Amino acid sequence: MNIIVCIKRVPLTQEVDLEVDELKKGVKKDALAYVINDWDNYAVEEAVLLQEKFGGTVTAITIGDEDDEEILRRALAMGADKSIRIEPGERELDGFVISKILAKTIRDLEYDLILTGVQADDDNAAMVGTMLAEELGLSHAAVVTGMEPEGSDAIIRVELEGGMDEVSKIKLPSLLTIQTGINEPRYVSIMGIRKARKKELVVINVEDLGLSEDDLAQRTMIEEVFLPPETEGAEMIEGDPSSVASQIIQIIKEKGVSI
Amino acid sequence: MGEIFVVVEHRKGEIREITFEMLFKARELCQTSSHNLTAILLGGKNSGFVDDLAKWADRVIAFEDNRLEIFNADLYKEILDRLIREHTPFLTLMGHTSWGMDLAPALSIRTGLPLATDCVDIQTEDGRPMVFRQIYSGKLFSKVSFKESPGYLITVRPGAFLPPDDVEESQGKVVRQELPAGLTEPKKEFIEFVDTGAGDIDIAQAELLVSIGRGVGEEENIATIRELADLMGATLSCSRPVVDKNWLPKFHQVGTSGKSVKPKVYLAFGISGAFQHVAGITGAGTVIAINKDRKAPIFRVADYGIADDLFKIADSLKEKLGNG
Repeated sequence: MNIIVCIKRVPLTQEVDLEVDELKKGVKKDALAYVINDWDNYAVEEAVLLQEKFGGTVTAITIGDEDDEEILRRALAMGADKSIRIEPGERELDGFVISKILAKTIRDLEYDLILTGVQADDDNAAMVGTMLAEELGLSHAAVVTGMEPEGSDAIIRVELEGGMDEVSKIKLPSLLTIQTGINEPRYVSIMGIRKARKKELVVINVEDLGLSEDDLAQRTMIEEVFLPPETEGAEMIEGDPSSVASQIIQIIKEKGVSI
Repeated sequence: MGEIFVVVEHRKGEIREITFEMLFKARELCQTSSHNLTAILLGGKNSGFVDDLAKWADRVIAFEDNRLEIFNADLYKEILDRLIREHTPFLTLMGHTSWGMDLAPALSIRTGLPLATDCVDIQTEDGRPMVFRQIYSGKLFSKVSFKESPGYLITVRPGAFLPPDDVEESQGKVVRQELPAGLTEPKKEFIEFVDTGAGDIDIAQAELLVSIGRGVGEEENIATIRELADLMGATLSCSRPVVDKNWLPKFHQVGTSGKSVKPKVYLAFGISGAFQHVAGITGAGTVIAINKDRKAPIFRVADYGIADDLFKIADSLKEKLGNG
C-alpha cells in the first residue's frame, strides 16, 4: 500500500503570548518554536503503521521553506521512505491554493491512500484534505479515527459529534483526514532524525509545477488579525495556593455541593 | 434579490442544533440584505423534518430519498453542486461539523465557489460577505474576505449563533424534488453508528466534576487529581488530549465529540479551552479554571480563574479537605 501523507509545520502556541504583527495579517513569529502539526503527526504514524503491516512506501509532503524540512526529516525518522518539499517562494497561500499545489504534485505519483491531519493548529481551517480529494477525484472522509484496508476498500471509522462514531466502507484510492487519538505516535530521537538525513528529500519549486495564475490566486484573504475582543471573562482569584484553595472550597459549598 | 441556502444537518431522525443556529443567523442576514432564506433538506423518505424547517425559512427545498437518510458526501456534494448551479445562491451555509468538514471543501472545488470555514460571525460589506474566524485555537481572531464570486460557501461554528426561544415563525413554501437522474455511484457505504460515550460512569449526571486537560502533563500525574476528586466526592472527567493519549477512557471526555455536562460546579485543571471543549460545558453552573497560561481561552468562559500551577492548587485543596 503506497501512502502519501501531507504535513505542515506550525508554531507551538500553548502557554505562549501571541502578538499580532505590524501589518495585522498574522502573528509575530520570531520568538516562536515550531513543531509538526499535532494532527499530521498522527497521520504520519498511521501511514507508517499501515506500511509496516501491508508494505509499500510512505511519502511525506510539505509546502514551505528550508526550515520546514525539519518535519520531513522527522517523518522520515518515524518510518517514511521519501519526502518532498514544495517551495512556495513569496506567494500567499490559502487552503485552496495549497490544495491546487498538492494536487498537481501528487497527481502523477503512485498511491492508494492520501492522509492529512483533520486541521492545522495555526489556522484551524480543516479545508485542504477534502479539497485535495476532490481535485484528484478520490473518495474521502473527514475526522477519521480508524482505518483497516480490506481488499480494494477500507473500513473506516469517522468521529461524529456527541459521542458517536460512524463506521463505513470506502473505495480506495481514498483521502482521509486523520483525527488525533487514532494511534500513539512513536517517539523520535535526535539520532533517528540524523540517520534519516540519508533518505530522499526532493525540493520542487512551485513555479515549476505549471499551475495557472488563477490556480495560485487565493480565494480567501485575511484582512486583519486581532486579539480576542475584551469580555468580562473569569473573576481571577489571586493569592498563595492555600488561600486560593480555601476560596475554591467556599465557592463549591456556596453553589450547593457538599464536599 | 438573492438567496441564502442553509444545508440541513440531521442524524437518526433528528435535525441537529447547528441547523437552527444557521437558519437563525441566515434570517438575520436576510433581513439586512433582503435575501430569501432557503433550507436545503437532503433526507430520508418521509423524514418528518419539512414542517419544522418551514417555520424557519422562506422556502424548503426537500429531496427525500432513502439513499439520503444518512449523510454521504458523494451523493450530497453532487446534488448540492447541481442545486447551487441552478439557483446561484449568494451564500450557502453548512455546519463546521464532521459532515461539513467532509462536504464543504469538496463542494468548493466542485462548484468553483470560495469557502471560509469555522466562522463565528458573518457580515456583508459592499455586497460581499466578510467573515470572522478564530485562529491559533482561539488565541487570535481573523477577519477574512473573499475573492469576488457569484456565490460563497461558509461553514459555521456550532454554538456561535444561538437562536432565542421566541423566534418568529415563518410559513415557508415547501418544494419537493426528485433525485436527479444519473447520479454517480457513491464511493462510500454506511455500515453502522457506534456509541462511544457509554462506560462505567456517566459524567453527564455528575454534580461536581474535576476535569483534567493537557496541562496535567504526564499520565502518572492523573493519580493525584483522581485522589482529589475522590476526596471531594467528585467525578473525574477530562478534555480531548487526555483521551487521545489513552490516559482515560473516552466516556470521561467532555466536549463536542464527548459528552455535554451540567454539573453545579466544574473544576477545570490545565484545560486550555478549545471551543470543542467549551461547547460541552455550557450547561455547567459555575466553572472554575486553573491554568498556568493567563491567556488560555478557558478564562474567557470560566466564572473564576486561577493562573497558577494546577498541582500546587490541587495539593492545597487536598490538604484542606483531608484535614477537614
